[in-house]
This record gives sequence, structure tokens and C-alpha cells, in this order.
Amino acid sequence: MPADHLDWLRREGRIVVVGASLAGLRAAETLRAEGFTGSLTMIGDEPYEPYDRPPLSKGVLLGKASPLHTELPHRREIDAKWRLGVPATGLDLSAKRVRLADGDEVEYDRLLIATGVRARPWPKEDEARLDGVCVLRTREDAADLYRRLKAGPRRVFVIGAGFAGSEVASACREMGIEVTVAERAGGPLVGALGGVVGAVAADLAVENGVDLRTRVTVTSLEGDQAGRVRAVHLSDESTVEADVVVVSLGSVRNTDWLAGSGLGAGPRGIACDAGCRAFDFRGIVTDDVFVAGDVARSPHALFGYQFLSLEHWGNAVAQAETAAHNMICHGADRRPHLWMPAFWSSMFKVNIKSVGVPPMGEQIMIAQGSLAERRFVGVYGHKGRIVAAVSFDNTRWLEFYQRQIERGAPFPVEYPTVDRRPEGRQPVDAQFPDPSLPTHGPMVTMSGYSPADQQLVFHPARH
Amino acid sequence: MRLVVDLNKCQGYAQCAFLAPDVFAMHGEESLIYDPRAREEQRERLARAVAACPVQAITADGLEGAAGAEASAGMGAGDASDAR
Repeated sequence: MPADHLDWLRREGRIVVVGASLAGLRAAETLRAEGFTGSLTMIGDEPYEPYDRPPLSKGVLLGKASPLHTELPHRREIDAKWRLGVPATGLDLSAKRVRLADGDEVEYDRLLIATGVRARPWPKEDEARLDGVCVLRTREDAADLYRRLKAGPRRVFVIGAGFAGSEVASACREMGIEVTVAERAGGPLVGALGGVVGAVAADLAVENGVDLRTRVTVTSLEGDQAGRVRAVHLSDESTVEADVVVVSLGSVRNTDWLAGSGLGAGPRGIACDAGCRAFDFRGIVTDDVFVAGDVARSPHALFGYQFLSLEHWGNAVAQAETAAHNMICHGADRRPHLWMPAFWSSMFKVNIKSVGVPPMGEQIMIAQGSLAERRFVGVYGHKGRIVAAVSFDNTRWLEFYQRQIERGAPFPVEYPTVDRRPEGRQPVDAQFPDPSLPTHGPMVTMSGYSPADQQLVFHPARH
Repeated sequence: MRLVVDLNKCQGYAQCAFLAPDVFAMHGEESLIYDPRAREEQRERLARAVAACPVQAITADGLEGAAGAEASAGMGAGDASDAR
């Protein structure tokens, strides 16, 4: 890339960002902060300025925040042209154009794709349409669910005990609402944290009055004559009456609009290199299309260069900053996206945080505290190295373990730690479910080494 | 004012909940819940909370002219320096 072209790009190029949420906003701010003075267009399918989603399942349901007012603070003016409420419907890589749902086309010199994910809907469409069947992803979803919870339902039924489902169940109990949670796996959170920690989460839920049903699936939702949901049928042939059903089955990556575009995009997201440049479907990296946030999957040097999809708030911010930087600088100045995976959740007043990639670990040691007290740090190991840590109400220690992961420190943990208990001296099987079995999606998906679904022949119908 | 807390950074020191209790609240021992849209009369308290956070986890905008905004900008690196 000749220098004069890059100078021109920075001065008067056209950058288009598809996806106007956390990643899109932070990328736009970074572009301006690093001196991009050309035209910037922000395209978003929702008709709202960028807003924050984590509060929607926590503070909003607890009545501490309004679902309609979680807009993200801006770090600086971004002087963008906003195209909100208009989804992108197609991409022409050779003509460098994004097609919009209203028929418009927007040309770019550099494109950032940050279209994120959406809630996975209940698969039976007629049942999903019943009044009272909800998902939780957008602010409208949150407003609707909050309204239904405030109306005092007799029972809420949550399908799926991942983080979002467990947070909803926790909010219900705080509001004094009866709640049943059904989970295909043996306990809550097992996809993300494994069965050892999942058992703690199960105890926590049951003690707080959740009717937790594990190793079951929902077979059907039953409506009444007015089209309202009234009961949930389970695979163990039991039936639970409920007037609100929250479908919490993970998310679907918003890549449909890229079908046929030639990008390496599919159900697992959009493959990109560590510099956030998208791969085309042949596995060849593009130089003017970048990806960031939940929709991206990129190789991570600390985790065997596996391609990681991280549905993490912090990843969206960090990857957006890196992508934006790399979009407007010379090759030699580009940075890799080497963010340490980290997330948080809270349920039943317990703060749960993690660093690294827990599902990569085969074994876990409770290095500090105890499972019984629900205040602990669990360390995950893979092939003799620490690859992740999780804390329950013990967040101040996580930074220490993050450094251990970065250094490739040995596992089992050999160093003495504060509050180490006798039962934490031996590693045990972390009890992650067989990844080939469908369960609620882990928040980290390792998808192997191939950038483009291991196929060189392009099959549009499969995307 | 709009605000967001980077809860990866947050370590539950509760300074914000002490300084601006109508915006921030501890929920359990170390988890924080907050109102991402603080009302105008919270301006001074919010600015103090932003400045006081030991891990600089709070980003807020629309704080121009508040006493604590100066202090937070003076802290230099981190999200708080973006508080305007």
C-alpha cells in the first residue's frame, strides 16, 4: 500500500461501519482519535444510538435502570453520518459497496463489520409467536420482559441455564416471582465453566428458590385459545404451567447478509486474521474489510492460535480499537488483537468473573477459597499450562491469574496461594460437556484452525 | 449524563456507591449495578465517583463543568480521561 494512498485514505477516504453497537461506536471513536478525517458512515439495524446490553439482564430487570436508557457514553465526537434502523442486506466486495434494506448503496474505501449476534429464537415459529414467549437481547426485548415481570406472572419459565438465563432467573427471584429453569446439560453455566463450577451455580439457584430442571429439554410450548403461552412440556413428560417463557438458547451470528458476498462468513461468524482483516471464503485475507466484536473469530497466539469467537463486552471494545487502528495505518504499524478473554456475570448477588478460555481446560483446581462457601478462584489447566481462571466473589485475584495465563504458567498450580484449602491441592476433571452435544452455547467458541469452514468450494445454500 | 462501567476492571471497591448512591449500588458483596443514565442533579456526585474509582472503570460523558471532571482528566490514562 503506497504511503500516499494511505495519507489520502486518512484525509478523505470513506469508512463505513456496519453495526452501530458497542464495537461500532468504539471503532468510530478510535478512527477519529487516530486522525481519520474522511467520511464516516454508521449503519445499524436498530433505530437507536449505540446502547449497552449487559445492564438489560441485570440492572434493568432489578429496576435500577430503564431499559430505554442504557445508551453508551461517547468518548469523543465522531462526526458520522448515521443510518440507523436500516439493516445492511448485502456486500459487493469488488465494487466496495454495502447494500441497505431501503435499496440504498453505500460505497467504502475501508469497511468494518461489527454486526454482532442476535438472540437464538425458539425454533418452532408458531410457538415462538405465542404471547408471553420472550427473548432477551435488545432494549425492546428488555422493556417487554420487564413489563411482563412487573405484571406479576404466576410463573416464569426460562429455557436454557447459560449466563443470560441464569441472570433472568435471579432477577425473577429477587422480584418474588416463581421461576423454573430447564437446562439440557447437568447444571447451569456448564458450557462456559464446566460441571464442577456448574454444580455450585446449581446449588445457588436452588437455594434461592429456583425450580431447576437439568438434563431435560423443552419439547413444546402450549398456548391458550387467545394465543397466550400457558404451559411448557418437557422431555421427561412433565408439564409446567407458566405465563412467561424466556428463550435463552444463546445467540446467532448476524452474517446472513453476507451470504454470497465471498467473505469467509457463516454461522460461526466471520473469520479474520489477528489484525482484524476478514478472510474471504478461500481463506485469503482481504485488505479493506475488517471485523470486530461478537461476529468476529480470530486466531489467538496464547491459545494455540485457535480461532476464538468471544461474545464478551471487553472483546468488542478491544477488537474495535485494534481494527480501527489497523484500518488507517501502514502494515508495519499494525497491531494484533491479543486481548485476554474476560467476562463477568452476577446472579443471586454473587459476582462471577473469568479470564482466559475455561472450556479449553480439561481440569480445574480450586486454588483459593472453597466451592462450599461460594467464594473461590478456580484455575483451569490444559496440557500442563494454566489457560483460564474463574472467580466467585473473589475478583481482586483474577489479575494475578491473568498474568499466570500470559506467562504460560504450569498446571497443576505449584505456587502457594492465599486461602488455599486441602481440597484444592489436586486437580479434578473440569467436566465440560461433550462439545458435539448441543447445549447452550459457551461464551467462548473454539472453532479450530481453518479460517473459512474448511471448504474451498463456495456453497451459498449452506450459509 | 450517560455512563458505563467496565465491569472487567471493576473490583468492587464501592467508592462509587458511597459517593453517588443514587447511581451506583453494590448488589451482594462485590457485584455492582448502576443506572447508565444519571440525572442532571447527580452531576457533581457522578464526577466524584468517576474520579475516585481506584481502577478507573467508569466512563461518563456530559460531565463538563463538574468539579470532579477536572480531577478525573488529571488522572491521565484510562477510560476516565475520556470523561468530558
